[in-house]
Amino acid sequence: MFIDFFITLKKHKVPCSLRELLDLIAVLKKGVVFANVEDFYNLAKIVMVKDEIHYDKYDGAFAEYFKGIESIDIFDQILPEDWLRKEFEKHLTQEEKDKLKSLGGLEQLMKTLKERLEEQKERHAGGSKWVGTGGTSPFGAYGYNPEGIRVGQDKNRNNSAVKVWDKREFKNFDQDRELGTRNIKLALKKLRKFARTGASEKLDINTTIRSTAQNGGLLDVHMEPERHNAVKVLMFFDIGGSMDDYIHTCEELFSAAHTEFKHLKFYYFHNCLYEKVWQDNNRRYQETITLDEILRTFGTDYKVIFVGDATMGPYEIVAPGGSVEHWNEKPGIDYMNRLLSHFNKVAWLNPQPEVQWPYYHSISIIQQLVNHKMYPLTVDGIGRAIKEIS
Amino acid sequence: MFKSTENYIASNDLSLAVNAAIALEKPLLIKGEPGTGKTQLAEELAKSLNCKLYQWHIKSTTKAQQGLYEYDAVSRLRDSQLGDERVHDISNYIVKGKLWQAFEEEQRPILLIDEIDKADIEFPNDLLQELDKMEFFVYETQQVIKAKQRPIIIITSNNEKELPDAFLRRCFFHYIKFPTKVEMAKIIDVHHPNVKQELLKQTLEVFFDLRDISGIKKKPSTSELIDWLKLLIADDISQDVLLNKKSDIIPLFGALLKNEQDVSLLEKLAFMSRRNG
Repeated sequence: MFIDFFITLKKHKVPCSLRELLDLIAVLKKGVVFANVEDFYNLAKIVMVKDEIHYDKYDGAFAEYFKGIESIDIFDQILPEDWLRKEFEKHLTQEEKDKLKSLGGLEQLMKTLKERLEEQKERHAGGSKWVGTGGTSPFGAYGYNPEGIRVGQDKNRNNSAVKVWDKREFKNFDQDRELGTRNIKLALKKLRKFARTGASEKLDINTTIRSTAQNGGLLDVHMEPERHNAVKVLMFFDIGGSMDDYIHTCEELFSAAHTEFKHLKFYYFHNCLYEKVWQDNNRRYQETITLDEILRTFGTDYKVIFVGDATMGPYEIVAPGGSVEHWNEKPGIDYMNRLLSHFNKVAWLNPQPEVQWPYYHSISIIQQLVNHKMYPLTVDGIGRAIKEIS
Repeated sequence: MFKSTENYIASNDLSLAVNAAIALEKPLLIKGEPGTGKTQLAEELAKSLNCKLYQWHIKSTTKAQQGLYEYDAVSRLRDSQLGDERVHDISNYIVKGKLWQAFEEEQRPILLIDEIDKADIEFPNDLLQELDKMEFFVYETQQVIKAKQRPIIIITSNNEKELPDAFLRRCFFHYIKFPTKVEMAKIIDVHHPNVKQELLKQTLEVFFDLRDISGIKKKPSTSELIDWLKLLIADDISQDVLLNKKSDIIPLFGALLKNEQDVSLLEKLAFMSRRNG
């Protein structure tokens, strides 16, 4: 019973064990739900999935398992045209409306959609032509075509053209996604995990003795909160140039880190670390601090996090005078090595997608420099980086 | 069967989760944005099932042992110094915790373990056996305390720490999604039955617009919306003021935004829109 379902969940990497499967069967035996796929979807989610970050994977697995079983075909009938039109116009910004022209305007798009729907007989996901989910066709939900039209991807539940599990509302919670407003909060929690290692109380011996004595020998116990583990963090942000694309993400990371760590120092650099860094980007030429001073000021127990895309010309790292902004006497690699030999725990967060790393020579140089402790700037990547340096 | 009550709107999947947890006598772990009514769920559940509610609020210093019992050695020592008779019986100094109290109920009670993520990382691990078997051993008096009725256990978490797998495997899990506009209207209707339909629609619009502004640190949640409505009604703000997009700022925004930076962001946005408009 449900063994295939269980295996499908496993295949989609939803962490669940036999115990959950037995629980699911037990609940069904109790008759909590009966013969209703949507209820079953909810129930199995409650029993099998233990964290909202796995909801998206679960939705995927459920869709796959029930594709064959589901009797209702959502594209049995053509969606009413005026309803669709209204939906589109609500979603389109002026920019998107302009883009629409690339497909011959709304009228043309509507016509094509109608034709496609007529051609198409089955539910469809992926691909680049049919209406469905996750594809690159201009029609369908969650696709990547900027000119695309979202079919049934509305928040309103009354438009039930798409099944609940096809809505993939929990996509945001998946760990490998890039950071968003909610995800940054999750990442922040990860940072917190290593900033504090639990709180507890311990006996305050001195106060206890004193007040017991004052009490005429009657015991008067005093407790004091145990000291929190104060992690010291030093962050270096790459700024300007190719990093402009990631400003928003970095800002979020910065504000998250700022609230988390009592001992946080941050400095900016451009592309590669050279003899000077700065703290205020507006006054970057007036108020700089030399790398020597940093090494003098901060003890080796500081944990160092670099944030940068490490995307530059290789000469900017390995050649003297390679910097695009000034004449550096020694190559950037020298300064990097000096810093790395001073601090024990170093990690590099790279906002570039991990799959693109191999295409940049400079990234592989930096990766070797930091001993392959480079992680993508995603929730999962931050988690890995934190694990590495904690 | 648990359903929405007259002052609490539970979505279908939430009531399903509660019912499944009751049916299988498993703890139910509830997560969700702050202010989505996680704690209130336990209170409403107790009311609708008409059973007793034990609330155990977790702090950063809470130990698992405190939920079971505490041995008050200090007052025993004090009593011995004073020559009190009670000192000979150790059970006089065993202070029952919430879990113990719940275990002793004849009628099936509800136990709320609130904000479990506030505690030490090891806290959930220390409760595994107790939640599984619903029994524990009192070392001082050498007795085993077993639940007369397995209590319905509701656990809430704000996601500040990750909970251990072994613990999660023993719970059912439900994530309360942020309500949609339709559900939100229902919730408000429950709290403020006489809000005019129009006013309600417009407050909701303002509210969801506000949630959509990117860069806001603490997004206003349901409980803030309800507070805000209360103020609006008390102040008798007319629709025109509320909907007048050109007017400088949302009236009484202090109820919605709790963060200085958010307020200044909003003021900046309002200023810009006035200049554009």
